[in-house]
Amino acid sequence: MRLEEVMEGSEAVALAVKACRPQVISAFPISPQTHIVERLARMVSDGDLHAEYVRVESEFSAASVVSGASLAGSRAYTASSSQGLLLMSEVLYASAGMRLPFVMTGVNRTVSAPISIQVDHQDTVSLRDCGVIQMYVESCQEAYDAHLVAFKVAEDPRVLLPTMVCMDGWILTHSYERVSFLAQQDVDLFLPPFKPVNYLDVDNPQSWGSYADEDVLMEFKYSVQQAMVRAKGVIKEAWEGLARLTGRDYGGLVEGYRTQDADLILVAMGSMAGTAKEAVDKARRAGDKLGLARIRCYRPFPHEELWEILKAAEVVAVMDANFSMGSEGALALDLKAKLYGRPGAPVVIPFVAGLGGREVGIETVLEMVHRARECVKKADLPLEANWMGLNEALLPD
Amino acid sequence: MRSKKKQKSQELFVSGHRACPGCGMALAVRHILRATGREVMVVTPTGCLETFTSPYGYSPWRVPWVHHLFENGPSIASGIAAALRMQKRDRIRVLVIAGDGATFDIGFGALSGMLERGDDVLYICVDNGAYMNTGGQRSGATPLYASTTTDPPGKLSPGKVQERKDLPWIVAAHNVPYVATASVAFLADLRDKVKRAMSFRGPRYIEVDTPCPSGWGFPSELSMEVGRRGVNCGLIPLLEICNGSLSKVHKISKRIPVEDYLRIQGRFRHLFEPRREQGELNRLQGLADEKIKTYGLSRGADEPS
Repeated sequence: MRLEEVMEGSEAVALAVKACRPQVISAFPISPQTHIVERLARMVSDGDLHAEYVRVESEFSAASVVSGASLAGSRAYTASSSQGLLLMSEVLYASAGMRLPFVMTGVNRTVSAPISIQVDHQDTVSLRDCGVIQMYVESCQEAYDAHLVAFKVAEDPRVLLPTMVCMDGWILTHSYERVSFLAQQDVDLFLPPFKPVNYLDVDNPQSWGSYADEDVLMEFKYSVQQAMVRAKGVIKEAWEGLARLTGRDYGGLVEGYRTQDADLILVAMGSMAGTAKEAVDKARRAGDKLGLARIRCYRPFPHEELWEILKAAEVVAVMDANFSMGSEGALALDLKAKLYGRPGAPVVIPFVAGLGGREVGIETVLEMVHRARECVKKADLPLEANWMGLNEALLPD
Repeated sequence: MRSKKKQKSQELFVSGHRACPGCGMALAVRHILRATGREVMVVTPTGCLETFTSPYGYSPWRVPWVHHLFENGPSIASGIAAALRMQKRDRIRVLVIAGDGATFDIGFGALSGMLERGDDVLYICVDNGAYMNTGGQRSGATPLYASTTTDPPGKLSPGKVQERKDLPWIVAAHNVPYVATASVAFLADLRDKVKRAMSFRGPRYIEVDTPCPSGWGFPSELSMEVGRRGVNCGLIPLLEICNGSLSKVHKISKRIPVEDYLRIQGRFRHLFEPRREQGELNRLQGLADEKIKTYGLSRGADEPS
């Protein structure tokens, strides 16, 4: 029997989470995360998933409930989007600092104002500094796989950090794809029950979340950074382990797509990378040496792998679906910072595209490539990001 | 005979913490844990109790203890309780011990959510009526006309102009099995109420009046006296509310006028100096009279003895 079905992206996530046997699930509804948590609620209600499902009054509490469950030594899961993720941000900082390895899905959606339920990466990217591992997926299949990997990575004693799978709202959560899934016994082999290193135990009473001053605080923060650095190896290991079961290999922390001899490489995350691949293929047919580096793990930032892929290129065009107001897109910032000082580093041309669900088609991507090449040809390197597809008529004078 | 040393070694909340001298809260917590026994886990949101018990590397807690954030004590506790149920460890009970700021104000939404869900958590508010570890700012639990650093009396203001949020009844309206109010000046009553609360499953709430020498402005040796006067004047009624209905009250043995309670506290000094504010004093006496009448706190006749 082939374990394969056409299913909605949210269903694929719910199936993966169920297969990971979380003991505690907690969520508050927000579009477009709802189908995931509704499906899990149905599984619990029908007895298909043995878990405590805590229906909370806010995302703040959802993140807190899974933090509490994790403190008590249970595997725990939550999901949110947009404003909900921002409301969780204080909890995520604290839980990363306390090394609580729960898993969450960040269903990507823009952030108010204006209020909108459409996709971009502003929500999860805004949480980049808090110590939560962030993996971005391109397809429903990869979303399924990434959740298995997320639990494996989060709970690894070398890591012990909250881990978030980021998937584009609507485009992935609400689209139907053929998704292969694993038999339960294979998942159980890949992901044995959670064995917490430290947890709340009356026979070994510990105090958690103590007050720390200047004499120890930096060491706590540095140890989170060290865990992030170690996580790079652990994430690769986990994906390799899963690939042995599934036969699916997406590349490492960064997927290089036709980058071998490329002189211009696009950089993107999430489902936008699928469109970029189509654009690469089209350009290649016309003899244009274009490639794509898809960042699959954004925190920790895989600058070593990116360097290996990008070092032979002349130009890198970054497609940011987020923006740091007053500066530029987050991917461009990270990339420039990590390329700076590398001898022979390619030129980075920053683009902003797809905010609030603005369509990014193949032609949009090829336009970015064209503009990037023009900038280089004219030796006119932009210090500000290029916003793609702006409707000038709507802007004030 | 049990030696004093033995008794001390069995405490679950031990000395060495950094509370101010005379802290009512520290005393209350020691007695709360005497009543619960060691099969508990405690969540404490940000506040005085967190600050004075958790300098990194030191802890007076001999039960598992967690501080996470200011506004999520109830949800952290719900998560722990859910995990314990799944792990079949739910003979171990979950407590929140939180200040009034975390309870009345910033964590109120999370508290209401926990109560509504019916989670098995005993929530104890150790109430000192203001944000004391940040310097005594006004909270929703600050009493009428008290002076705080953000509601100071001045030419245009008599101090805090609102009454306290009546939280026990708001909690009781969530249809929970047990709600009580207690005072650190009545320790046996406090321990009894904690034990009683532990005999129920589901969300339970106890609000403990814990006088604060530094914040309320009285000498540290008067904590118990101030607590006692608060109860005996009628402003701090000691109640039990089971399944939404008043089931028991502590009768006042020797009723005193509210002035006897107010006069020994710096936070009410402006009602007496530079001139006597009779209108405000009358209103506070009226509040006490009303509570005594409503809850039947008088022993025998309803006049002060």
